[in-house]
Amino acid sequence: MARPKRRWQRGVWIALLLAPALLVMTAFVTLPLLAALRYAFYSFNGLAPAGFVGFANFATILFEAPYSGWTLRALGHNMIVFVALMLLQNGLAYLIAFALLKTLPGHRIHQVIVFLPVVLSAVIVGFLWKLMLHPMFGVVNAALALIGIDGPPWLGNEDTALGAIIFTNAWHWVGFPALIFLAGMQRIGAETMEAARLDGAGDWVLLRQIIWPLVAPATTIVFTLTFIGSFNWFELPYVMAGATGSPGGATDVLGLYAYRMAFGSATAGLQDFGRGSALAVLMFLFLAVVSGLALRILRRREIEL
Amino acid sequence: MRGEGVKNTAIQLLLAVNALVMLFPIALMVLSAFKSNAEIFDSPFTLPETLDFSNLLHVWSDTEFVQYLLNSLVITTSAVLLILLAGTLAAYALARYTFPLNASLYLFFLAGLMVPLKLAVIPLFVELDTIGLLDTRLGLVLIYVAMGLPSGVFIMTGFLRNLPGELEEAARIEGASEGRILAQIMVPLARPALVIVAIQNAVPIWNDFFFPLVFITTDARKTLPQGLTVFMGEYSTDWGVLFAGLMLAALPITLVYILLSKQFIAGMTQGAVK
Repeated sequence: MARPKRRWQRGVWIALLLAPALLVMTAFVTLPLLAALRYAFYSFNGLAPAGFVGFANFATILFEAPYSGWTLRALGHNMIVFVALMLLQNGLAYLIAFALLKTLPGHRIHQVIVFLPVVLSAVIVGFLWKLMLHPMFGVVNAALALIGIDGPPWLGNEDTALGAIIFTNAWHWVGFPALIFLAGMQRIGAETMEAARLDGAGDWVLLRQIIWPLVAPATTIVFTLTFIGSFNWFELPYVMAGATGSPGGATDVLGLYAYRMAFGSATAGLQDFGRGSALAVLMFLFLAVVSGLALRILRRREIEL
Repeated sequence: MRGEGVKNTAIQLLLAVNALVMLFPIALMVLSAFKSNAEIFDSPFTLPETLDFSNLLHVWSDTEFVQYLLNSLVITTSAVLLILLAGTLAAYALARYTFPLNASLYLFFLAGLMVPLKLAVIPLFVELDTIGLLDTRLGLVLIYVAMGLPSGVFIMTGFLRNLPGELEEAARIEGASEGRILAQIMVPLARPALVIVAIQNAVPIWNDFFFPLVFITTDARKTLPQGLTVFMGEYSTDWGVLFAGLMLAALPITLVYILLSKQFIAGMTQGAVK
């Protein structure tokens, strides 16, 4: 007789357990995402949608000068950032992981050191390097002067600004892929490594032909995270180059461009919630499609290698 | 064997150079915080001549630094506690009960993992404005909770699913209520997973700059990274104070990291290596 009541109680209990999380997720993830999709098709008057405009916002961003040029330039910079980080940051991370794999004396402390910048805010890291890269008083040029090199104004020069911020990003994050690679390498197992060594494989052969294929799952993760990170890049360029991607847009990336389009900037006067949402939708589609494709290819590669 | 020795030396050298590159900027920041402008510009690479705390004192007592610090503490703590609470409750329902919508709700949370919430910042701005939470710390907290819940639910569900059922059954037979089983049996067992979820969320929330930049305009409500941008603008010519501000801002999380480095590394990389 008590059974129906029990069951009813059980249902209420489960609903109560789920309610807080579902409520917050619906209010601050699901609804805003749907709204972003809707806003992309509207023109805006300040904070309020003013009228349905079809695909006009998308067309403006993609095909209408000067917006199309800005969009392409920002996208191009994001691609440079991605490729450079894959090579510089993640290549270095791979080497560091291999060095840590040997568990030589002090390897624990080296792990802690390489991961230290990762826990710091991009704002701290960005300002610290901005001071260090200062053309007159920064230590980078002071050190270069000691060996007779006249360092450029790294962040003020169109040719060096993006590279300087990419380098800072690599310094900030290198420990993260390093420890992901290390975890992947540690999973390979001592027997496999020993067997290869007994077959006469040197370090280089080991690194290229044994470890590289076997850490493929870690590479997939690093690739995906670097891809998403590079195309959402915002905080470091904002701190080091400002919202307009100075000098002269040489460091403008999609994150900064979308921020200006959403919340405006005194100089660009871009502020438009409709266009900003359209850009966000385009960025989301781009990220989802490309990282989805890349993931499929990389997963297949994991099996093949 | 001799080749092995040479190789190990080369590896040690690589690690030493790397450590130097990693630590030099941090050491420079700490040392410069104790120097005057003139000393920073004239002898950037030396130890400070005297241990001068005036820059640090200046940041601590003459700027809004303490207010920013408190805001960050309150926001991060509240958000992490709420993620742990709501995440554990939801994960417990998904992991330990069978009910019709279980699989779909799990997928709903999982889908949240794929979405960079930054891209929904415009609707979030409008929404916070509508419900009167724009420019409030509570508004930020709610967004961070939404951001942290998917991975929190994911990790907690995985962990709770793998706990043995005997204790739970025994307690049930003895007549313990469901709430009691959750609070007194499951939560203590889930402590390792709770630590991972806490660290994985606390670090990015503590360090976040994007959402405060967009949502918070009142100076007294700004977070530490956001306040730092105000501060860096105001003192742009006084480098000793700038370095002191950076050092003080970096200090709390660095200290916690040094004490709990193992948990930090596990917590932050585990989110990636699922």
